[in-house]
Amino acid sequence: MKRVDDYEKRREHIKNLSDEELYNRFWELTEEIVKPMIDLASTHTSASVERSVLLRMGFSSLEAGDIVKEGMKWNLLGKGIGNVVLTYAEIKGLNYLEAGSELAKGEGWELVNKKMRGEN
Amino acid sequence: MLEENKKLDVEEILKNLENYSPKRRGWHWREKYEEGKMGEFTYSEISKPLAKSRPLPAARSFEGIDPQPVPVITTEVASGRFEDDIRRMRMAAWHGADHIMVIRTAGQSHYDSLIEGTPEGIGGVPITRKQCRATRKALDLIEEEVGREINFHSYVSGVAGPDIAVMFAEEGVNGAHQDPQYNVLYRGINMVRSFVDAAVAKNVMAWADMLQIDGAHNANATAMKGYKVMPELMVQHAINCKFSELVGMKPGNIALSTVPPTSAPAPCMKIDIPYAVALRDLFDKYRMRAQMNTKYIESCTREATVGHTLNLMISKLTSADIQSTITPDEGRNVPWHYNNIHAINTAKQAFIGMDGLMEMIELKKEGYLPEKVRELKERAVLFLEEIIENGGYFKSVQDGFFVDSGEYPERNGDGIARKIDGGIGANTVVEREADYFAPVCAHFGYNNVPEKYEHACDAVGGCTLCDHSKIKYIDELDENDNAQKRMEAVSKNDNIVPEVEWKKDGVVAVTLFIPESELVAEAAAIEMGKKMNLRDVEVIHKQVLQNSEGTLVEIKGRVNFEIERANLKIPEPKRSIADSAIKEFVQNNPIKVVAATVGEDEHSVGLRETIDIKHGGIEKYGIDCVYLGTSCPIEKLIDAAIETKAQVILASTIITHNDIHIKNMRKLNDLCIEKGVRDKLILICGGTQVTDEIAKANGMDAGFGRGSKGSHVATFIVEKMKGEV
Repeated sequence: MKRVDDYEKRREHIKNLSDEELYNRFWELTEEIVKPMIDLASTHTSASVERSVLLRMGFSSLEAGDIVKEGMKWNLLGKGIGNVVLTYAEIKGLNYLEAGSELAKGEGWELVNKKMRGEN
Repeated sequence: MLEENKKLDVEEILKNLENYSPKRRGWHWREKYEEGKMGEFTYSEISKPLAKSRPLPAARSFEGIDPQPVPVITTEVASGRFEDDIRRMRMAAWHGADHIMVIRTAGQSHYDSLIEGTPEGIGGVPITRKQCRATRKALDLIEEEVGREINFHSYVSGVAGPDIAVMFAEEGVNGAHQDPQYNVLYRGINMVRSFVDAAVAKNVMAWADMLQIDGAHNANATAMKGYKVMPELMVQHAINCKFSELVGMKPGNIALSTVPPTSAPAPCMKIDIPYAVALRDLFDKYRMRAQMNTKYIESCTREATVGHTLNLMISKLTSADIQSTITPDEGRNVPWHYNNIHAINTAKQAFIGMDGLMEMIELKKEGYLPEKVRELKERAVLFLEEIIENGGYFKSVQDGFFVDSGEYPERNGDGIARKIDGGIGANTVVEREADYFAPVCAHFGYNNVPEKYEHACDAVGGCTLCDHSKIKYIDELDENDNAQKRMEAVSKNDNIVPEVEWKKDGVVAVTLFIPESELVAEAAAIEMGKKMNLRDVEVIHKQVLQNSEGTLVEIKGRVNFEIERANLKIPEPKRSIADSAIKEFVQNNPIKVVAATVGEDEHSVGLRETIDIKHGGIEKYGIDCVYLGTSCPIEKLIDAAIETKAQVILASTIITHNDIHIKNMRKLNDLCIEKGVRDKLILICGGTQVTDEIAKANGMDAGFGRGSKGSHVATFIVEKMKGEV
């Protein structure tokens, strides 16, 4: 879009605001813009977000990468990949780090998928 | 513990890293030094002095004081080899940097994971756990040595933002750039993914009490006219600040990355000051990280330094919590060791020089300045209004609202437009289901933690943020491309080689004035470099002084030699005998000295320091000094010595034009012989270009150059009179 500087015309409705009112308007508008993105972020996740969970659980970056790649194939990111690992550990009676290692190798996904989808 | 006269042992740093945990976490601000007393001065605004440091060169005339400004001072390190960067960090800390920003290697933004090990980087280093842990370990030692906390900083951006944020939190990284808008506009990463990732990354950063710097300044550097995007810059700052705050970061840890948008020959103060004031008005809750301008930096280091000094003046006239520095060679190459130091000193020198400035002057509250400030704020508000009218942030990015070269509301239609469903990582965001559970601390957003757990990470018996020992440390993934191998390659002997970035890189710069036109001079300069036996000769700067009279050319190249340490002839360090021994000798054998700067030389500081009791000069030992002042004729000096029955003549000579210092030494010696007093007088010469060797070769008994003190001179006189030398 091309537009000449129409600042004088556009400012009509704000030119009489006090500095304080202008300050408040600046931040109210900003919050209005940012809020939907906060909501989006709090209700969504991504491969990177889930890898960061696995890192915090004590997996190496290599294992975290592999587990999330497999988890994406099974469309299980929405459950939380850490949750998937814990669920698999419970099914198999394994320590969760061992369970994660198996999942990283592509093992056990069918089983855990069924469990998480409530299919058994 | 580091020893100041011993090199930092990088090998030692790399040992046992798998068990290293950082000493502390979180950002550190300098502590104010209320008392303000340093040497003979009382400062208005300085911070706590360092335990160990290198002061500004002129400190020599001010009892060696090294007052530290209040803002945190940043230096950016980016050589590609972190094992060499660590040494530079120590040098930077000694000069007063307490914020070390490590630039990432090209392409790391698009790396969909953490990088591990220590591969070599381009234009920066691969930011890895090992690199972070080793660097933090070294900085833990360095901060202990200089006596002030050092903030370690890098970048949380790209498609692995949350991964990196977690690693930084675990490894005690203290600050980071984080701004999803940077991903979107400059890295072509999908916007939805960027904001989802950013929220998680920021929340982790907040947990670790890290300081965040945004990426808005990139608009200034990218837009065709940096000074036209000021309203947009405020919008970008606002979006990142508010987003971060709503995610859970405290405003005091949220910093704006702000750059004075323009440079001379534009009337930069007229443009930059209103912008700086508007920002500080609107963003009063947040911190200011004042960066120096890079957009208009050329290869002239002098021009860059003056530009940066003007930037520092804006920081002083408004405010800066963090003062970042740009090296004066940024327009030529990846910064060299000593240019980091120059940049740090530019900031330190300017701030200390302007100490108390705002107690004497103030910015005007009416007229051009406040009017312009108001206009900028209104333009920014109008920009925000249009984003909302247009359907929100994502839609507005898609429609090319950002980085348009028109000053809003003017639009030139050349903004950076990105598609909502396009870019790297498009359509990779997944909705969290009702039973979504992340069993870890510091996780932003919806988390269905089972009721049986008090904390989310109880499900895993504690996460890595609670228990550092749970971190899985990977040392190296590539057996050839790693720090150990690189270090082995340059450690075969302890030969001495000059360097600018990497150990034994052998790079030197040569400054040439060539009395020829630009193209001829440039071609000639390269040939001259080759004749000096330099390899890989490149022109790094040229400046026409007059079209046909001549051109200044600076070249760089690599030397083709190494110096063997064992063959070096190192002059013996100047000796001082104990003060009490000198005093005792002088008491029993009264000594009289006549002193002056000789010839047409008005430089008296060095001589005064050598004799004045106040500066620890020779008077303090009871030596009787007759000071004849500056520009004293040689004859007068000798006559005065004869008349006062002095045993010693101290002649100071700074000017070396036409070897005048050497001629004066010879004249002094010859005239003393002529007058028959040479064997009765001890002749000593001093000056910045004088060495003991030069002085002795020209008839003096001794010469004292740079760094000499009264104690050295007194020691020589006493030993000479005793017949020991």
